[in-house]
Amino acid sequence: MTDATAAESHRGAFSSRKVFILAAVGSAVGLGNIWRFPYVAYENGGGAFVLPYLVALLTAGIPFLLLDYALGHRGRGSAPLSFARTDRRTEWIGWWQVGICFVIAVYYAAVIAWAVRYTGFSLGKVWGDAPEEFLFGSFLQAGDPGVSLDLVPGVLVPLALVWAAVLAVMVLGVQKGIGATAVVFIPVLVLAFGALVVRALFLPGAGAGLDALFSPDWAALGHASVWAAAFGQIFFSLSVGFGIMITYSSYVSRRTDMTGSGLVVGFANSGFELLAGIGVFAALGFMAQANGVPVDEVASDGLGLAFVAFPAIINEAPAGGLIGVLFFGSLVFAGVTSLVSVIEVVISAVRDKLELSRTAATVAVVLPSALVSLVFFGTTSGVYVLDIVDHFVNRYGILLVAVVSMLAVAWLARALRPLSDHLNLTGSVRVGRWWLVLVGALTPAALTVVLVRELATDLGTPYEGYPGWMLGTFGWGVAAAVVLAAVLATLVRWRPRTSLTPPGEDPAPDPTEVAS
Amino acid sequence: MSAGAVVMMVLAMLVLWGGLAAAVWNLTHRSKAPEEHYRRDL
Repeated sequence: MTDATAAESHRGAFSSRKVFILAAVGSAVGLGNIWRFPYVAYENGGGAFVLPYLVALLTAGIPFLLLDYALGHRGRGSAPLSFARTDRRTEWIGWWQVGICFVIAVYYAAVIAWAVRYTGFSLGKVWGDAPEEFLFGSFLQAGDPGVSLDLVPGVLVPLALVWAAVLAVMVLGVQKGIGATAVVFIPVLVLAFGALVVRALFLPGAGAGLDALFSPDWAALGHASVWAAAFGQIFFSLSVGFGIMITYSSYVSRRTDMTGSGLVVGFANSGFELLAGIGVFAALGFMAQANGVPVDEVASDGLGLAFVAFPAIINEAPAGGLIGVLFFGSLVFAGVTSLVSVIEVVISAVRDKLELSRTAATVAVVLPSALVSLVFFGTTSGVYVLDIVDHFVNRYGILLVAVVSMLAVAWLARALRPLSDHLNLTGSVRVGRWWLVLVGALTPAALTVVLVRELATDLGTPYEGYPGWMLGTFGWGVAAAVVLAAVLATLVRWRPRTSLTPPGEDPAPDPTEVAS
Repeated sequence: MSAGAVVMMVLAMLVLWGGLAAAVWNLTHRSKAPEEHYRRDL
């Protein structure tokens, strides 16, 4: 066994291509697929949105996904190590991604904890006739926007349980923890959500909901905002650009077909979004008919859709409790597989940099993450902090680092050619000059347009009317602090045993593999 | 549902779910590297 293969064996790996794909799909399919895509499609041309969405998937989403795969599969390391092995000057970008993942993990866990509670609430329709008042009053006990350390036991306990589950999964390792979770959770998620869609389609008014979602508004295709929304949705939905796919692709065999796998992951993610759109709008159509209002008066997204609109649907639908368990259970399954992938980016980076054991690195990452999560999101002000951090870290974290990483790899490291050669070594779909153009120019340009539009909005109007000090601290402040922390982490020296040169390109059989 | 909505829904299903089926077929039939199992971290 060579030093390189010994090091890879030490890092852990997925046991097969299928497990890798399920884990990658589990990461990509998250809460946004269920509660963001349907409303974005509805708001941006309905059925006509299919066209820009498909263009964005093929010209930005999948090419960018393949870039992440190439970086991790060739670099055989966490995001910072893979960037460092591509070009030493880009290592800080990997740490930027690690910092973003840490921030996302601490608030994402809170939403999963809410969904866990709401799965149980569904059986007894605990929210009564006023789901919104219940959410912000009895459940979250939210006061005025601000920072409070008043703990909310109803959130704190499930949040602690979520982190305990995450700790257990991550300690088990890449295959037995992450891989096994994906192998179980993804089929369960598809079955549960599929059952929800079937139930929703048989509700009275479902047709009106689907009509609202799919009726094409062709004039919308002439609006730049619609195309920006399509690129934004694909980008946020695919889990690209913040280290997850780099990390996961470093855990697969050198002989794995990365381009073929990328196509499966990309279309599986979008296929699930379509399923979510059908289920959500069929249910919203029922709600609209039950209340005698048009669909546009009940259509919503995000927390409002999940924790206000769906409880109202559950109240009125036949077998509403079953719909609730399926819906919130789906959120939990989709959320956990995504949370696990996000926290793995941090664990993997800490392991690589400090050469820690899996258990030591997991404890060193998960316990502080859980503590921060409990302190900030298990309190009466948690929902406001969560809303601000989520908004800003998505735009001035994920979106910005994605643009910077593509430009740095393409124009600073000038590594696109060797990365495309690497993908073509084992890929069933060859990447050629078209990929270089898309990743080096078109995709960063499209995402820059999305970013500039968001920046103009945020500079023009304070987000959701929150106080300036809150936006400065938890919005702009957190986004800037992540960059600063990334630079500081880059200054920490790699251990002498860690090589910063890319491992060989020879996809020869790995001695650790079992002959099939 | 209007005819336009039905057409667009079917089109979206064909493109996205058909694309997934085609991608899976490509991976299982055209991939240069066979599906492999190896014993790391098991």
